[in-house]
Amino acid sequence: MKKELIELRVNGRAYELALEPCTLLLDALRLDLQLTGSKRGCDDSSCGSCTVQVDGIPMLSCTMLAASCEGQEITTIEGVCEHGSLAAIQKAYGDWGGAQCGFCTPGFIMTVKHLLRANPDPTDAEIRGALSGNLCRCTGYNQMYQAIKAAIVAEQKGVARASSPAR
Amino acid sequence: MTDFSVIGKPIAMIDAAGKTTGAGKYTDDLSVPGMLVGRILHSPYPHARIKRIDTSRAEKLEGVVAVAIGKDAPNTYGILPVGHDEHALALDKVRYVGDNVACVAAVDEATADRALELIDVEYEVLPAYFDPEESMKAETDLIHDNKPHNLEKDYHHVFGDPDKGFAEADCVAEARFVAGEVTHAAMEPHSTLASFEIDSQTGKPGRLIVWSSTQVPYYLQHKLSLVLDVPMAQIRVIKPLVGGGFGGKSEVIPLEIIAAIAARKARAPVKITYTREEVFWAHRGRPRTLIDLKTGVKRDGSITAVKARVMQDGGAYCSYGVVTILYSGALLGALYDIPNIQYDGYRVLTNKPACGAMRGHGTVNVRFAFESQLDELAARINLDPAEIRRRNLLKAPCVTVNGLRVQSYGLPECIEKTIERSGWRDRKGKLGKGRGLGIACSHYVSGAANSIIRSDMPHSTVNIKIDRDGGVVVYTGASEIGQGSDTMTAQIAAETLGCSLGRIRIVAADTDLTPIDIGSYSSRVTFMAGNATLRAAVEVKKQIASAAARKMGCTADDLVFRDDLVVRKKLAGESHAATLVSAAVPSEASVSERVEGQILRGSLQQKRKDEGPKDSMSFEEAVVAAIDFHGTLTGTGSYAPPAEARGGKHKGGGVGPSPAYSYSAQVAEVSVDEGTGEVTVHKVWAAHDCGRALNPVSVEGQIIGSVWMGMGQALTEEMVWKDGMLMNPGLLEYRSPSSVESPEVEPIIVESIDPEGPFGAKECSEGSLAATIPAIANAIFDAVGVRMHESPFTPERVLAALRAKKNAKPINLTDGVDPTNPARFREHGGSLWFKGKGPERHALDPSRLAAPLEAGGDD
Repeated sequence: MKKELIELRVNGRAYELALEPCTLLLDALRLDLQLTGSKRGCDDSSCGSCTVQVDGIPMLSCTMLAASCEGQEITTIEGVCEHGSLAAIQKAYGDWGGAQCGFCTPGFIMTVKHLLRANPDPTDAEIRGALSGNLCRCTGYNQMYQAIKAAIVAEQKGVARASSPAR
Repeated sequence: MTDFSVIGKPIAMIDAAGKTTGAGKYTDDLSVPGMLVGRILHSPYPHARIKRIDTSRAEKLEGVVAVAIGKDAPNTYGILPVGHDEHALALDKVRYVGDNVACVAAVDEATADRALELIDVEYEVLPAYFDPEESMKAETDLIHDNKPHNLEKDYHHVFGDPDKGFAEADCVAEARFVAGEVTHAAMEPHSTLASFEIDSQTGKPGRLIVWSSTQVPYYLQHKLSLVLDVPMAQIRVIKPLVGGGFGGKSEVIPLEIIAAIAARKARAPVKITYTREEVFWAHRGRPRTLIDLKTGVKRDGSITAVKARVMQDGGAYCSYGVVTILYSGALLGALYDIPNIQYDGYRVLTNKPACGAMRGHGTVNVRFAFESQLDELAARINLDPAEIRRRNLLKAPCVTVNGLRVQSYGLPECIEKTIERSGWRDRKGKLGKGRGLGIACSHYVSGAANSIIRSDMPHSTVNIKIDRDGGVVVYTGASEIGQGSDTMTAQIAAETLGCSLGRIRIVAADTDLTPIDIGSYSSRVTFMAGNATLRAAVEVKKQIASAAARKMGCTADDLVFRDDLVVRKKLAGESHAATLVSAAVPSEASVSERVEGQILRGSLQQKRKDEGPKDSMSFEEAVVAAIDFHGTLTGTGSYAPPAEARGGKHKGGGVGPSPAYSYSAQVAEVSVDEGTGEVTVHKVWAAHDCGRALNPVSVEGQIIGSVWMGMGQALTEEMVWKDGMLMNPGLLEYRSPSSVESPEVEPIIVESIDPEGPFGAKECSEGSLAATIPAIANAIFDAVGVRMHESPFTPERVLAALRAKKNAKPINLTDGVDPTNPARFREHGGSLWFKGKGPERHALDPSRLAAPLEAGGDD
């Protein structure tokens, strides 16, 4: 298939890419931009490891055409760090065991970032519901809930570092 | 002494930031210049002879660099020395749908995929075997010619006198339990990148470098050497981040070797990453297991005898099978005191993907049967299910009837804590209609006492190097796969050396840099690699202590290493903490004005002249003193399990023994919808005896993860087969539980402090899984009074059991379904079906009606 020039805005920067019109967004990110933080865990939008935000909405980049995102703002896990430091949710995921093997983590963080922006103080059920599109095989999700709550507390306090697990 | 500065603290994994920022690299994230993409052609038939392969059309396609087939690397291999029955690419026969036939290396994935379609393979289809009991009757068309009756291996063990035991029993239960086949489904699909270095002397391809998603770099190096006929020294295996293993990456998966074969043929680096569907076909998960179990107890609840006949549907190759079937029998022991055991285990070959090791290797399905039956016996003799377990405790330390040495034994406390936290005594049987509590226990090895490669080499070796800057580098072959191996290593090194965690850097799992370690499986890393780390650190510490003692005018024994300080013990004394705090103040100043190398050394010498012998030194000062004194500062430690822990002498007695066992007790609370048969798990209380919790957050994470994975196997996860075709090769269809289906798990850490574990630590990542399934089964019994004999406990199965209890007619959901008009059911496609390459379909199948001559097969 003949390639076409496509302009993608990713993490605040504009890139001009020559892509086949059938190129998936995930492939454009991973292969053409070397943004390998977004993972391919399945091929059929069932695992959520490839979640990125398109205009702030979590989308599964493995089943989305790159060309369909022209003119939209794409945020990947690489765009989550704040001023070179971990965002509260990233720190909390590390501190509370929200990430074990870490393969699903970027997808979860993109989902959680959206959840907390839309709903800064979600209930347990709302957290569970929001995470249900992402699969994890290591954690059993429990420690993710703790991490999310810690991140909320850290954000509310306005500190960059989430409190360490105390016991 | 429980006063530690680094271990026992809930700290973030040292590699967490790489995972939460996306900066960490997994194998599929890597690329090297000139890298090609490999794709594998899989067999569409469950059992067939390959009569002809013609790759010429594929090779001519623009962008295809090489097509590799079986004869490019005809040597056999297998993870077990007794099971070398696999070819990386099939030579003459394919043995399951998905078996590997050819590999295309091309410039991109799309080209490689197109080339796969152009490979012509002529098959002679053979009769295939899908059911282990049927397979064992086979006389002809054997799956492997040297395995009569398709029997991979059978073992028959008798310990004590089971007949006498059953005669003494007051109550005997006997039943068949069936556990469905499950797979790891780690989030990261397997991936391997293979590249040959050009040799400067010969100018030809020389050393092979392989980056792979593996739990055991050393085994991969070994098998690559075997298949490629290259010395191990000419192969370097590097493990990048691994996105979960659960046993699925503990053996050499065909793509890991195929990538190297393709790279050799293409004379270019080749990366192969499985699609999710291929991961399911590659499998190596937990086999479907038929368990005929008989248990006898006395009126007081004590077990008199157990008889188990276990049959595992092992798939087409040996894989870890011999070990799996032995674990199933061996770990009947070491949990409870059972005086008489009879075990008959059969590992049977079938034309399905090979099963291998999966979290709780070999023990899980038998534990489901045993704990369910024990619950049934408790009900029959009118004893509380928690109490019957307490009446059968081991009197540790002891050696069980089948030769397993048990030292630390936290099971009594695990049982006590779970029933206390779950409110068992007050709530059991009082939760109302359709809701219940169930209890079950389990255990697991902290590493196998005997390695699968028979040798006397240490199971783990660790090197430590410290430089003048006080930075500590630990070289370990232990593989971080998400379980926290690197963090554990760093914690043990820091605690032993009395330095801060920030000083430790881990170099892990690179066969060029790190000593041999037999990898991350059978929950061996904390115990074995942890002990090796401890020993290496102790050796280095001795060197530092001798030099520091000289400077401080005392003996090495007088020194305490802690919090980046080396302090004289008499000062430490009773007001240890206070001294440390006051001593830490000047050291912080010295750290802040730290300078490098010679300047530091010069200023330190000046300082010493000024001050004379001191009562404390900073870690850096002590390190500099040690390097000045010894010339270098390195240490090595290794670990091999002691002879006493290596088990009985009977045939197969090498599997099961471990230097230490972890213990778990769990209570599950479930509700059952009697109208639909749907089971909901509300909460699981899981107590786990991990010896000592080196990092409580990690330990809890492992417990929760184990319980969760056990719950998946109990309720939803199952590989569904139809004539050798997998019906659900996708994460949605496989039904791995999402957050909304996952219960709250309350992890309870029990610390029994093992005498041989590093700081008393034992296993924490697998042992909890096995208890979850029977805990849920027993809770279902408590809720609605039906005993589940087949896992997973899907609504259909629960409903069938409920209707059977009421003597109602079973509902056959497929009654009256017209396969030509599947309004109610849509059979899962899968790309093999889609491409029309599947085995023969049903006569009335729409695809066959549309193209009556297309269907393959000549049975």
